[in-house]
Amino acid sequence: MITCKGLCKSFGDKKVLDGINLVIKKGSIVGLLGPSGAGKTTMIKILTGQLDASGGSVTVFGKDVNDLTGDDKKKFGIMMDNFGVYERFSCIDNLMIYADIYGVSKETVGKTLDDIGLGDAKKKSASALSKGMKARLRLARAFIQKPEIIFLDEPTSGLDPRSMKAVHKIIMDKKAEGCTIFLTTHNMEEASKLCDEIFLLNEGKIVESGKPEEICRRYNKLKKIRIHLVDGSDIEVSADGESAEEISKLLTSGKLETIHSTEPTLETVFLELTGRGLQEAG
Amino acid sequence: MRNIYVVIKKQIKDTFKNKTILIQFILFPLMTVIFENAIEMKDMPEFFFTRLFAVMYIGMAPLTSTAAIISEEKERNTLRVLMMANVKPFEYLIGAGLYVWGICMIGACVMATGLPGETVPAFLGVMAVGFVISVIAGAFIGMWSKNQMAATSLVMPVMMVLSFVPMLAIFNDTIAKISKIFYTKQIMNLLDGIILDGADGIGRFGSIVIAVNAALLIVLFSLAYYKRGLE
Repeated sequence: MITCKGLCKSFGDKKVLDGINLVIKKGSIVGLLGPSGAGKTTMIKILTGQLDASGGSVTVFGKDVNDLTGDDKKKFGIMMDNFGVYERFSCIDNLMIYADIYGVSKETVGKTLDDIGLGDAKKKSASALSKGMKARLRLARAFIQKPEIIFLDEPTSGLDPRSMKAVHKIIMDKKAEGCTIFLTTHNMEEASKLCDEIFLLNEGKIVESGKPEEICRRYNKLKKIRIHLVDGSDIEVSADGESAEEISKLLTSGKLETIHSTEPTLETVFLELTGRGLQEAG
Repeated sequence: MRNIYVVIKKQIKDTFKNKTILIQFILFPLMTVIFENAIEMKDMPEFFFTRLFAVMYIGMAPLTSTAAIISEEKERNTLRVLMMANVKPFEYLIGAGLYVWGICMIGACVMATGLPGETVPAFLGVMAVGFVISVIAGAFIGMWSKNQMAATSLVMPVMMVLSFVPMLAIFNDTIAKISKIFYTKQIMNLLDGIILDGADGIGRFGSIVIAVNAALLIVLFSLAYYKRGLE
């Protein structure tokens, strides 16, 4: 659905994206992970035609991104981190502006608001919404016209866990409906939970890619198992046959409470690859 | 066409929620009706308040509201969302401009209620031209400014000059000479010619001033459009 080959972007002397290659398949959720300033927003802007690339190529729906027509772009749903809403308008009035542009009925708008949990706040002014509700409203606006691809730039940035969970559910529902979703985040838990494939971006370069669990397994060099005992202590044993007897003993003696694998998290992998964490500023 | 209609519809809805803009539209028409009916002074020229407030209306309402609408949308990034929804910059500008022009024309109709019937069409025609020029000026400021704060600091002096200089020209000869180069002063003269018996109107010089003002603002607007667009 989207293919990037050798994509580069520079602002003056600063290279923000450097030779990005990626393929986004239809119906998948692809995450671009990286710390602030890694080039994630620039990437979305290029993919959606808001910004021109300095080099390389981007094809969307089989066309060069610069050749996309207005009708092609109607298949995009975009939620950028800094996109605002009309604060003086109610939720329904906010969506109706775009519904009118796309020729979507008022009934569909009402249903969309119900689906994202803003049904009761339909007539509430956007200025009176909480941050989480506003994020949901912006999300609803991104898919009001039933787009084929949804671009989400830090969709849960600054949200409380409850709102974050609500946004995650909406994203998964959209995937179930067949949408292709490209999201950027610096939240590795979010990426692990939502994405079919992730790309780790650091200083404009993709440093690793694949399924989240595959990446974690790839960097599981310790190959250990962590055992949590009833007395509250933890022990680590090697993940091979030699430890089987020890584990068995702990099990039969009733001392063992839980067993955990010790694959690194995406945060740890990123730290290992780049020397800095995902939460760090660029 | 649909996108222009959507922008106009959105703005009409916003009029009743945005008191800052609403007051711009109703202040002078309301003041005209009240003052013309409530104040009577010896030797006061005919339709004094209508002529005075009509020019102030042209110099203020379309200018400030167009600049405020565009700069607010830029600042809040709602304009970018509209662009991403395939609304073309020119569609947005035409929609916002038509909306401001239309509302101001309604205000002008209210102002014209006290005028003799035969002068109303010409009065409205002149007001329509004045509004168009001011909308272009407001759009230029809105596009040039990065945010509302910047737009306000640009609008204020321009608005003061366009609205108050024609009025102050009544009291001071030097200001009267300077005021001749502004379209609002020439429009004031044009309105005098329509409304007052024996007034001169504007003649060739006045027409040239209005045309040059309009052309200059169109050039500035085009520069801002091509240099900064609606980003």
